[in-house]
Amino acid sequence: MADALPKKKLRMFGLGKLRPFVKNYKGLFASMIAATFLSGLLQTVLPLFQRYAINTFIEGETLEGIGIFALVYAVCIALIAVVDYIASYGCCKIEMFILRDMRRASFDHLQRLSVSYYNRNGVGKIHARVMSDTEAISSVVSWDVHTGVWNAVYALSAVVVMFLLHPLLALLVVAVIPLVALVSAYFTGKLTKIGRQVREINAEITGDFNEGISGAETAKTLCVEKKLDGDFYRKTRAMHRASVKQGHYRALFTSVVSFAAYLALALVLWYGGAITAADLAFLGTLTVFMNFAQGLMQPVQWAVDALSDLISVKVNIERFTALLETESDIQERREVVEKYGDEFCQKRENWEKLHGEVAFDDVTFRYPDGEEDVLEHFSLTVPQGALVAIVGETGAGKSTIVNLVCRFFDPTKGRVLIDGRDARERSASWLHANIGYVLQTPHLFSGTLRENLAYGREDATDGEIWEAVRRVHAESIVERLGGLDAAIGEGELSVGEKQLLTLARAILADPALFILDEATSSVDSLTEARIQSAIETVLAGRTSFVIAHRLSTVRNADVILVMDGGKIAERGTHASLLAAKGLYYELYVRQFREERERSLASP
Amino acid sequence: MKRSDAATRWGLLGYFLKGSLALFLCGIAANFLGTLLGALIPQVISVTIDSVIGREELSSRNGWIVEVLGGREYLAGHMWLLAVLIASLALSIALFHYLRLYFNTRANQTMVRRMRDSLLSHIRRLPMSWHRAHRTGDVIQRCTSDVNTVSNFVSGQLVTLFRILILAAVSVVMMFLMNPTLAAVAASFVPVLIAVSYLFDRKMKRRFRECDEQEAVLSAIAQENFSGVRVVKAFGAERRERDKFERQNTYYTGLWVRIEKFLALYWTASDLFVSLQLMLIIVLGSVFCVRGELSPGDLVAFISYNTMLMDPVRQLGRIISNLSKAGVSIDRISEIMNAVEERQGGGELLTGDIVFDNVSFSYGDGKNALENISFTLPEGETLGIVGATGSGKSTLVALLAALYPPSSGTVTVGGQDISALPPSLVRSQIGLVLQEGHLFSRTVGENIALAAEDAGADEVREAAKIACVDENIHSFAKGYDTLVGERGVTLSGGQKQRVAIARTLLRHTPYLIFDDSLSAVDSDTDAAIRANLKEFCKGATTVIVSHRVTTVMHADNILVMDGGRIIERGTHEALLAAGGMYRKIYDVQMSLPEELAKEVRNG
Repeated sequence: MADALPKKKLRMFGLGKLRPFVKNYKGLFASMIAATFLSGLLQTVLPLFQRYAINTFIEGETLEGIGIFALVYAVCIALIAVVDYIASYGCCKIEMFILRDMRRASFDHLQRLSVSYYNRNGVGKIHARVMSDTEAISSVVSWDVHTGVWNAVYALSAVVVMFLLHPLLALLVVAVIPLVALVSAYFTGKLTKIGRQVREINAEITGDFNEGISGAETAKTLCVEKKLDGDFYRKTRAMHRASVKQGHYRALFTSVVSFAAYLALALVLWYGGAITAADLAFLGTLTVFMNFAQGLMQPVQWAVDALSDLISVKVNIERFTALLETESDIQERREVVEKYGDEFCQKRENWEKLHGEVAFDDVTFRYPDGEEDVLEHFSLTVPQGALVAIVGETGAGKSTIVNLVCRFFDPTKGRVLIDGRDARERSASWLHANIGYVLQTPHLFSGTLRENLAYGREDATDGEIWEAVRRVHAESIVERLGGLDAAIGEGELSVGEKQLLTLARAILADPALFILDEATSSVDSLTEARIQSAIETVLAGRTSFVIAHRLSTVRNADVILVMDGGKIAERGTHASLLAAKGLYYELYVRQFREERERSLASP
Repeated sequence: MKRSDAATRWGLLGYFLKGSLALFLCGIAANFLGTLLGALIPQVISVTIDSVIGREELSSRNGWIVEVLGGREYLAGHMWLLAVLIASLALSIALFHYLRLYFNTRANQTMVRRMRDSLLSHIRRLPMSWHRAHRTGDVIQRCTSDVNTVSNFVSGQLVTLFRILILAAVSVVMMFLMNPTLAAVAASFVPVLIAVSYLFDRKMKRRFRECDEQEAVLSAIAQENFSGVRVVKAFGAERRERDKFERQNTYYTGLWVRIEKFLALYWTASDLFVSLQLMLIIVLGSVFCVRGELSPGDLVAFISYNTMLMDPVRQLGRIISNLSKAGVSIDRISEIMNAVEERQGGGELLTGDIVFDNVSFSYGDGKNALENISFTLPEGETLGIVGATGSGKSTLVALLAALYPPSSGTVTVGGQDISALPPSLVRSQIGLVLQEGHLFSRTVGENIALAAEDAGADEVREAAKIACVDENIHSFAKGYDTLVGERGVTLSGGQKQRVAIARTLLRHTPYLIFDDSLSAVDSDTDAAIRANLKEFCKGATTVIVSHRVTTVMHADNILVMDGGRIIERGTHEALLAAGGMYRKIYDVQMSLPEELAKEVRNG
């Protein structure tokens, strides 16, 4: 029972869930808390030296033993320095180690989660989980714990010392403490609320800056600068009002606490003064009380602060642990992991060669967060080397087929067969290692060109890398950047150039299966020609799934899937679909027109 | 603002401080008075200990306190009077404490508000050429974090500097009044403490910066991994990514732990230094007391002043070393404030023909976006402009709306050169609908009425009907009160364009320009809107820019543009008959079905 209570309290702040991260640093925690404890304790001893000096030397009018006094005093100070060092350095280590461990754990876990998690949550939020929430948590479990413990120990110990010296006088000082604690709790709550309001207005103001800059041209054409200024001034006025209110409460808060300290001092002087008047030997003790009367109120305020931090970090802990508890949409069977390994430990020696025949066998699919089936009893056999084109409007669900081929999702019912075997019989890593994937928005990592090009095949030689670069006609880009060892900086490459480089990356990996999401963004005609020829090079001889925007790609496809409203609306070859004069016909006509018009313009 | 104000850093700061300087000074005055009152309390304690409780003679320095309250005999029997004195002093101190913080917050917020207001209103009035040359993110950074840095500098660093100087001056003076020798000993520690903390802080700054940079690298690795999750998965690079993250994670942690070791050492050492100083004062003070050179009460008071001195002085080094940071921020802000605004002001309304006379224009990238453009648009007529993307159509109308001045040649309206007029006057007469106009984050109704504040709900609806968007708006849950943008409904490209048209129509300008502002609207709606406009724009001089022949074919005159030049001009019929580019575009757009039919037959 005695054990159960503190655990329950921990759970209250959500701290219990952090046990796996705290566990490894029990020793550090113990030494940090012990040192903090000692430091708080010793700090309350210091005023006693003053008392001794007054009682012994000043009242006794002698300097005998002052050397030893100074020595003991110095030792005590030195001891405090040592424990303070241990406590604060320990605190920092705890903070940084736990931060590192939490970031590692969340990052590793994210590597195992399927793409759907990223789609659902957005990169910004996921990034905040890994970088900011962890920071808030680790700072609270180290520094706030330290502050809380130190101030609590100091306050308690001071109270004990006072009671030992003079219980009645001690009672007078202690009577002020609950007042300060209550006032602190009241103001802390109030300030949290106003703080939120201020942050909200502040976000609006930042939004207005954003809009003022990106919407400047529109504002000019409409001649509404004055009106927009007026609306903005209203917001800055509201911000001013709220912030001043915040400052008012903050000022009131600290004023009350400082007044409480003086009030305690006045009480000590009144009652303690009377005692001293009757017995002069009490003077030393009186100075101790005056010391504590003034020194005790701030720790109470800080302890309340630390407590409120502890409460507010609960949100961060919840968000962080929710991430760790999320399970991947792709669950590998145990025997699969045993034979083929997992993401981090791949057993490549057991991997079969992938030839590139893909088949959908009566597949029904619904997204994990979706409301309806987007594929129903879909069957399609794609022989090795065939080209499947997927077309449709933006948001028509063109990536669904690709998501299933890449095994970013598993089908709800039915099977996806790779070389005749259910994809789930082999690991996703095996499949991924055999797939080349070029995105609509080309993604390059910061680092050198070589690292990026060899991303799919780390052991590629320079010769092989250059060969791949040549095949997509990107030599001039590499040369311009200064060779394979040049770092890729922001803004140095145009979108078209990035596309070429990602195509080279895919060629180098030499995959049996190729997925291409063609870009819609317009590039200059020279780059466009290069990209088209590079795409032809890449597709030749490989089984390919292309989310297509170029007519040339679509015309060459063996099967075309036309997507609409998330589902497959039409399927067939280019000729049969044109003849049907359905959705494909419309899309094709529009595309045809746009390409023709582009070709009319001078380069 | 006037240019001369912003000439120097301090000049700009002075400009921003207008209206808040007096408040800052009030805060400093309150600080000074509060500090003086605070310096009285140790004197009260001293005289109480020495002369009310003890038997010392009243001194000239603090004896008057006792005399005022009724003499030592009376007070010895009425000790509570002293307590009341301290309590009332404490109350006044708390009041000044409150006033200091309140004035400081208010002053700071007033300054921040002035900075924000003048920045955004200035940015709105900067010419488009400035906007093109600056990245949004960078400008926002300057308007937010640099503004914060400057406000911290004034209300934090400068004000704290004053506070510390006041505290230090008052306490040192009091200490010298009581015992010059002891005061000299106490004060001798101060320069050492400041020098050490200044040097340490300067030394640490470089390491802190390195830490920040390394954390940014870690953050970027995470960011790239999350946004490139598909690439990572498709290349099976989870393990490599984990290793990359973990390497940096460990490196960053190690870096911090090493720094914190220094920090902990520094904190501990400076604590030790301060404690040793206090010890020295207690020991020496006791010696002086025993020799009769210092009274016990004065020793207690002396220790209070010493604490008053040493605590703030410890911050001084850090503040001094941080002062330089603000300079950079002020410079970054003044770079914006020093840019020259567009000319403001009114003038006579524009009437008459629009004439482009040999106009050329370059965005400053060495290429001419427009070359030798000359044409006349008679008042009341409609001009159509067609051409491919990048042919200069949008640039041409941007010049007409005075968004940019021509590089050479003149644009005149009714014989007046528009670059000689205030741009806002020109725009108030020429309603330009941009292809991708910005919708502001407010309601649809407010967006339409943005430039015509006195328009009633009926007029707003009327405009929306002409732009064929009224029905769409009614389909939203809140109708015209629906919020647009991130916090509300996302409009489709076509809906956005039609809202943009409606809001310009509501302005009732004599000149109207539609810059490809129906590009995302389907052809049927396009036709309907054009029919409505024909009725509505009767008498207005109109320019219609489009890539669709059908949109411009009914214009009185049509310009065909390519590569920044006018390559053909005339009526629809004449241009068709001429068989040039216009004819080709027309054929592509109109005769496509036959060509496709052929493909179907052959396919």
